[in-house]
Amino acid sequence: MLRSPLFWLLVPTLLLGATAPWWLGAYYLGIFTTAYYFGVFSMSWDLLFGYAGEVNFGPTFLIGLGAYGAGLLNNAGWPIPLCLAGGSIIAVIGGVALALPALRLRGPYFGLITLVAVLLLIDCIVIFAGVTGGEIGMMVPDVLSISATVNYWYAFGFLVVCGTILFILSRSSLGLILQATGQDRIEAAALGFNVTKHKLAAFCISALFSGLAGGMLVFYQGTASVDTVVDLSITVQIIIAVVFGGRRTILGGVLGSIFLILFDELLRPLGQLNTFVVSGIALLVVLLLPDGVLGYVLRPRASR
Amino acid sequence: MSATTPPLLTVNGLTKRFGGLVAVKDIGFRIRPGEILGLIGPNGSGKSTVMKLVMGIEKPNAGTIELDGTDIAGWPTHRIARHGVGIVFQHSRPLHRQTVLENIKLALLPDSLFKLAAEPHVEKRARAIAERVGLADVIDRRPATLPFADLRRLEMAKALARNPKVVLVDEPFAGLTAAEVATFSALIDGFRNEGRAVLLVDHNVKSVAALVDRVLAMYLGEHIAEGSADEVMSNETVRRVYIGGAIETHPRKDLDQRGGESLLDVRDLEVFYGKAQALQKVSIHVRAGEFVSVVGLNGAGKTTLFNAISGLVPYTGEIRWDGAALAGRTPASIARGGIVQCPETRELFGTMSVRENLDLGGQHLPPAERDRQLAWLLELFPILKARAGQAAGTLSGGEQQMLAIARALMMQPRLLILDEPTLGLAPVILEQLSKALARLRETTPITVLLGEQNVTFALPHADRVYVVEHARVVWEGDPGRFAAEMGTGYL
Repeated sequence: MLRSPLFWLLVPTLLLGATAPWWLGAYYLGIFTTAYYFGVFSMSWDLLFGYAGEVNFGPTFLIGLGAYGAGLLNNAGWPIPLCLAGGSIIAVIGGVALALPALRLRGPYFGLITLVAVLLLIDCIVIFAGVTGGEIGMMVPDVLSISATVNYWYAFGFLVVCGTILFILSRSSLGLILQATGQDRIEAAALGFNVTKHKLAAFCISALFSGLAGGMLVFYQGTASVDTVVDLSITVQIIIAVVFGGRRTILGGVLGSIFLILFDELLRPLGQLNTFVVSGIALLVVLLLPDGVLGYVLRPRASR
Repeated sequence: MSATTPPLLTVNGLTKRFGGLVAVKDIGFRIRPGEILGLIGPNGSGKSTVMKLVMGIEKPNAGTIELDGTDIAGWPTHRIARHGVGIVFQHSRPLHRQTVLENIKLALLPDSLFKLAAEPHVEKRARAIAERVGLADVIDRRPATLPFADLRRLEMAKALARNPKVVLVDEPFAGLTAAEVATFSALIDGFRNEGRAVLLVDHNVKSVAALVDRVLAMYLGEHIAEGSADEVMSNETVRRVYIGGAIETHPRKDLDQRGGESLLDVRDLEVFYGKAQALQKVSIHVRAGEFVSVVGLNGAGKTTLFNAISGLVPYTGEIRWDGAALAGRTPASIARGGIVQCPETRELFGTMSVRENLDLGGQHLPPAERDRQLAWLLELFPILKARAGQAAGTLSGGEQQMLAIARALMMQPRLLILDEPTLGLAPVILEQLSKALARLRETTPITVLLGEQNVTFALPHADRVYVVEHARVVWEGDPGRFAAEMGTGYL
């Protein structure tokens, strides 16, 4: 453990994160808060894409279900913890629904289905504007806190807990079997693994954390809207974050999310150019380091 | 093991259809504990499908597969694996980010979602298996750094991890050197003493003869012979399938005077697929107007040779065409330069009509020239005229092959490469194809390089013959001498 480069990267990063409220202003705390929730989105997506090998273009389908589920329950008078639990359950049900075509279809066809799932969800939100707020968005009566510092603690704690669980899962026997099923279903089955069961589990875990993070984001922002939790541009951001940080590293997604959201803010003085510059940098990293930043750092010495 | 031991694996009436194609027809066999059965057949004979049916990768349409008294036919693969069937795949796909040890440990894990850490005995067992297959020295390396033979050992280790009662091995010796073949043979022979039943699937009897107790030969999905390796090798039907019937040759007297200059000159060609050597110092040459046959069993390296000439695979050595080296030219530029390959997979545009496929081939010709070429081809292959409006994908195998050849000829090649045109075709179709080739040879100045497993099909058309075996050219000469010098040693 002491010889692992990951350990030496993680310790100072965690220290920096944990002490941030003492040396960062409320404005930047807010940016990091959002970035941390995106980090959980990215990690959940990486479990499906990097490990189970499923190209899911619809992470926002799962996030949106969790977010809107929690928001609707809150509007019905439920307290926040129960809303988060309820939203996650709805997201997991959505994950199972998404897994069914995934187990039958291959490659681009499954990807298309996941895209359609997102569009369907957006349509539903618009059609049932009476309860969902439609394109304007839905306000929630409760928020986690109005203090930037407290909100930061919530997000940081949530990120650390989710990151720990997902990281341990990825390095466990389950992660190994998932990688085998993602790489070659037939060979994995021939080794005696029930591919369907393991893929389904991956979808459920990914959906659980996506939905939970979606719900948390809603109670941080005080509103749920298509633009912030369902839109396809969020999917693109999640995918770039994972590829930038390093596919199949779980933690790389967090790095990518922080980079994308932080630099988008820092470069705001450039006006409209900021997204262009951030995308350009991300593109360069992907071209030069196909394994992503973290993937490059953690690469085994033998093959470097 | 005595003949009275009940069989471990009993297969009866196994049948598999893919659409209208019967890939496996009423196949049955038994393997007792400690017995090794060879399942052989040329490409497309259905032998691999049989293996997939036993493993549950494909579901049979009819028949039973009894493993130790339980019918496992139609079960999902993972249940069959848990029940005691292991498979050694021909191509290895290990987890690249994990070490050899972790790859073996993967195969030892239970099929559970809730066991997050492997039990302690798993590590010990993984090391024991690595030791057994000869991977002990490289146990902490990653698969990408291993030589080809070690990757095959890793596949073997993974199959062994489950302690299977029945082991299926797909092309056990493909890509291995003679020394490696010996170690692998010893490993597989070791299964005998442990009372496992082994099914070896391979193209030909020769490579597995020393190891097997019995051999079952298949052709076009059907059982054609069964018995000891010697019996099967001398079986009339088997010889007809592999070599064809009686060998005929038609030498052309006027050719050698014309020759001298090589149109195509291949020197010391070497090709590697990853770490497996597919061609080893291969040199051949083809003179203008010559009809040269390259014969060899499936897997010998014929297709690789042709793909190297067409610029489809990287190689070392030299390929000269019309006096200039081909190295560095793209496949498209090589094809425009006059070398047109008609691949064994045919590569027709299945949803386009016969006519559209032919028109695509003649795309670069001026219209008048194209019409003339088309008329000539439709005369050469009359069946294509009748099928002109039909989608290429709905043609029979023989018709598809004729269309593939015709499309290649539409490009007016100076050298036509025909890769195994007889693949999976019934004998009556072969005769039609053979007649078309004979006319091509007699009425046009075209140069042809023909790759074939079926010697009887290849020799009548040949002016010269090369025999390829195990990635090397082992014989070269005129077809008249082939029967005398190579006839018996070929299989």
